[in-house]
Amino acid sequence: MRSFAFSSAENIEQAVSAQSDNAGEGAYIAGGTTLIDLVKLDVMRPAQVIDLNGLPLKEVEQLDDGRLRIGALVSNTDLAHHPLVTEHYPLLSQALLSGASTQLRNMATTAGNIMQRTRCPYFRDVAAACNKREPGSGCDALEGVNRMHALLGTSEHCIATHPSDMCVAMAALGATLTLEGPNGSREIAFGDFHRLPMDRPDLEHELEPDELITHITLDTPVVGGGSHYIKLRDRASYEFALASAAAVVAIEDGVIRDARLALGGVATKPWHAVEAEQALTGQPASNESFEEAAEIALAEAVSREHNAFKAPLARQAIVRALKHATQAAMNS
Amino acid sequence: MKEYSTPAEAVDAETTVTLTVNGETRQLAIPPNVVLLDALRDRLGLTGTKKGCDHGQCGACTVHVDGQAVNSCLKLAVMCEGHEVTTVEGLASDAGLHPVQQAFLEQDAYQCGFCTPGQMMSATALLEDERIGTDDAAVREAMSGNICRCGAYKNILAAIQSARGQSPSAQQESENP
Ligand SMILES: Cc1cc2nc3c(=O)[nH]c(=O)nc-3n(C[C@H](O)[C@H](O)[C@H](O)COP(=O)(O)OP(=O)(O)OC[C@H]3O[C@@H](n4cnc5c(N)ncnc54)[C@H](O)[C@@H]3O)c2cc1C
Ligand code: SF4
Ligand code: FES
Ligand code: FES
Repeated sequence: MRSFAFSSAENIEQAVSAQSDNAGEGAYIAGGTTLIDLVKLDVMRPAQVIDLNGLPLKEVEQLDDGRLRIGALVSNTDLAHHPLVTEHYPLLSQALLSGASTQLRNMATTAGNIMQRTRCPYFRDVAAACNKREPGSGCDALEGVNRMHALLGTSEHCIATHPSDMCVAMAALGATLTLEGPNGSREIAFGDFHRLPMDRPDLEHELEPDELITHITLDTPVVGGGSHYIKLRDRASYEFALASAAAVVAIEDGVIRDARLALGGVATKPWHAVEAEQALTGQPASNESFEEAAEIALAEAVSREHNAFKAPLARQAIVRALKHATQAAMNS
Repeated sequence: MKEYSTPAEAVDAETTVTLTVNGETRQLAIPPNVVLLDALRDRLGLTGTKKGCDHGQCGACTVHVDGQAVNSCLKLAVMCEGHEVTTVEGLASDAGLHPVQQAFLEQDAYQCGFCTPGQMMSATALLEDERIGTDDAAVREAMSGNICRCGAYKNILAAIQSARGQSPSAQQESENP
């Protein structure tokens, strides 16, 4: 593995200044499950690695306004099992536990999960052409083995999926990120954080090189809402999604009062299906409404040679997630 | 800020890391890019922990850090400063094999044995973790991060379930109620 200098930040200020001091040539490390993997492959080449594990960002707390504030360094395991999460946001717990493995979830952190890189095999192979890894070099996935690639939010420059499960739940639930930089802190809506690839797939998010994610705050839970996360993949566990859907539904007199829907495995960023949500609201909680919502969510899907099967897969994931969420709402 | 080496220096500069491995304090002089797996195998001679994929995809390198199962191939050794590492070499005690090791033996839970140290480290961690269910489905799911190329899964599951309730801490509790 390529060498790098290493330092441990003792507080947030130190972490931020370490990054601004070396002009973004460094990389933060939290769990290391994305970073070390990609440094070994020579895909990420930080001159300096800055350890965040000494920072006081490991708390999960309920705010006075009912929202849930999660520290950037809370591990995926601790977050999935936290009583406030299992009680008020079972969707998030379900999505987290469907991801990776026990060992990886023990290491992985909330901010690291948001910042994880695509699993596109050409991105991971320095001998391949990849606009995300090397802007302007081309995209070997367009005409290559693109079975795992995205249908939604793609461009002629990149069709890579965002691989996170946790982020799909967050896109459905709504959240705000708190970012700390040299000039203080700012907030950004979760839905605005990840970028579409467009003509610059190397620019994946709105975080500046000298900024740090300190917290993720979930919106208040949907009152009376039932939820469900479904993940379809090549094997039953320890595998990334081919298609996944996160749904929250609140029902009143058989009619959908509030619906949240987000998709994973089929899009270039955690995919909030806003139009499908709008179409569901006010409709009867029936299979027909769910099928129609799935149709709307996938209306803009563009498939390539090997990934057309993902459209019916995603449709089924959406319908099933909405059905189970409705059942959960009725039982609550 | 604790600087182990600065970008201006030769980045291969060695740094001293003090950690506890299987109950013993160990000191390592290593560059910061050495992962725990390589530190254990190449520097400390603890070759029980195996390197399968080197990328978090197989679980052969599973060890405990402060009691939690982690992939040592993705963990920098410098980040273990002050932490407690347990490897498969640390499972047995003067009293004999760990109940999980004994159960693997009795249930014939391996063929080639390459994945076995990692399987046992995951198994010992999950038996101590109250958040993980006790039914077969929950155990299979919690163990999915350990791939067995020989497909010994059925006997691995049987071994884990038969070791349940016999973990060293459970034994201590029943001895000192
Ligand atoms: C074999 C394998 C299987 C996997 N399967 C799944 C799966 O099924 N589903 C899934 O969702 N994920 C999966 N993952 C991905 C895993 O969830 C991520 O690697 C993990 O969440 C990253 O978190 P981390 O703390 O380890 O990040 P790190 O590797 O420490 O960091 C990742 C990136 O985030 C940056 N970063 C970290 N913290 C901060 C911060 N506070 N502020 C700003 N930047 C920060 C780092 O600089 C780095 O660029 C898998 C990974 C592996 C290796
Ligand atoms: S799909 Fe994106 S990540 Fe994959 S090769 Fe093309 S540009 Fe790179
Ligand atoms: S060697 Fe670490 S997971 Fe395979
Ligand atoms: S026993 Fe051979 S890999 Fe598991």
